[in-house]
Amino acid sequence: MTEQSLYNYCLRMGDNALILSYRLSEWCSNGPMLEEDLALTNFALDMIGRAQAILKYASELQGGVKTEDDLAYRRSEREYYNNLITELPNGDFAQTIVRQLFISAFEFYFFTELQKSNNATLLAIAVKTLKEVKYHLMHATDWVIRLGDGTTESHKRMQDAINYLWMFTGELFEMDLIDTTLIEKGIGVDLMLLQPKWHRHIQQVMYDATLQLPEEGFMQTGSRKGIHTEYLGHILSEMQYLQRTYPDAIW
Amino acid sequence: MENKEQTVEEEILINFEKKIENGDSIEPKDKMPDGYRRHLIRQISQHAHSEVIGMQPESNWITRAPTLRAKQILLAKIQDEGGHGLYLYGAAETLGISRSELIEQLHTGKAKYSNIFNYPVLTWADIGAIGWLVDGAAIVNQVSLQRTSYGPYSRAMVRICKEESFHQRQGYEIMAKMMAGTKEQQEMAQDAMNRWWWPSLMMFGPHDSSSPHSGNAFKWKIKRHSNDELRHKFIDKTVQQAQVIGLKIPDKDLKWNEKNGHYEHGAINWYEFHKVIAGNGPCNKQRMEHHIKVHNEGKWVREAAEAHRLKKERQN
Repeated sequence: MTEQSLYNYCLRMGDNALILSYRLSEWCSNGPMLEEDLALTNFALDMIGRAQAILKYASELQGGVKTEDDLAYRRSEREYYNNLITELPNGDFAQTIVRQLFISAFEFYFFTELQKSNNATLLAIAVKTLKEVKYHLMHATDWVIRLGDGTTESHKRMQDAINYLWMFTGELFEMDLIDTTLIEKGIGVDLMLLQPKWHRHIQQVMYDATLQLPEEGFMQTGSRKGIHTEYLGHILSEMQYLQRTYPDAIW
Repeated sequence: MENKEQTVEEEILINFEKKIENGDSIEPKDKMPDGYRRHLIRQISQHAHSEVIGMQPESNWITRAPTLRAKQILLAKIQDEGGHGLYLYGAAETLGISRSELIEQLHTGKAKYSNIFNYPVLTWADIGAIGWLVDGAAIVNQVSLQRTSYGPYSRAMVRICKEESFHQRQGYEIMAKMMAGTKEQQEMAQDAMNRWWWPSLMMFGPHDSSSPHSGNAFKWKIKRHSNDELRHKFIDKTVQQAQVIGLKIPDKDLKWNEKNGHYEHGAINWYEFHKVIAGNGPCNKQRMEHHIKVHNEGKWVREAAEAHRLKKERQN
């Protein structure tokens, strides 16, 4: 039971990093200035490294029959467990930055807690990841403030992005039997405890940026059960194209 | 009045040429002839724009890279290219021109970028071919430019060369893996070789006998080796690398010349070269429209960042 839960937990973490990395890498040669083009693709690079480490561990948990590449490139839509927010299209720069703030703030608290895990591999991944996430969070926070409190246009774009993305944030904190099993064993993180901290942090950034969080309302859900938005299928068909077309090739 | 001005100009030129003759580097605050400044702005900005435009064809394959490792390496490589663009814009700015002016020159067609990026990147093997051949050709040129007379440009080249050799290795590794792979992979690799070989040779520019900018560039030690010398150097090292992994060079006239110790290549299609330079390559329009579109879409972000900065300045 624990082993299977741990495997699923790793897929969630690995898929989150892999799919968000995919989206961020789409900014390459599309950034509003060269510096931001580089910053966003640099985050993508951090995340692909994280995905690789976590999926490799997942593969080891299953006896190494499937490699980390098999897990990334040969699973289908219903076998992916990333949060819906990671797979949403980038939208404009405002939407990408707001998404990054929501996710990086979550990851900041999540990996801080995961550093207390009694699983040595997860602990080591958490320590390394936290260093990167701190930077992602700082970068996103700076931009949210700059654009929220910039021009009328930038303020409006930011507020629109927040209003749209908000319904995807509830899912970050959803827990099921996998979480409770791992919390009991001292391996996983209690997401319920993170939510108020995350909320306070986001509120503060909103205040500094002269932006507003929507009233609590409807929240999207599904990824814990492998049910996604329509966007994920397109990501996978593009990402997995070479591996699927040439199944015998070694790259 | 005119005579006096001429004397000042002449004096600048004499001092400048003395420095060049002594092999001293020219630094931003040094007085330099206008022709030198103009030549460098043209060359450095072309180089910077090439790094940045070159991100487009490669980024086309990031989302489709076939393994996690390949994706990481490609992302890191493209990031390096963007970073090179930044140092080079910085080096050009030391000559008294701003980045926004440089970008405007690119958009109006006054400034160019390397012709090679006007070719399409059709398969994953093309990513290998770009790293191996295109970056391989660029390195030969850039190694030579490490000793160029303008200090900031020369120092940028030293940094860039370190990273480019990693790029060339990653490209070669992709090709080597494909040549060791399935029949389909081998065909894909050879097809990429066939399409990228000749445009890579064209990267060194026209033959020495018809190179329009070489005169002063040599005198002022901006350029240290001729187009044909550099092209030969590239061919010599690349032919051997191709043989090791079993790729054929798509040139039936290629032969080893015992006398001068170089490979002799067949005739380059200069008609195609000039056609692509004139804007009629497969991707000229696409690359430039993309750069302009992205630049315009990012305008609100740059304006907001500036507005925020001014607000903060007023508050302090």
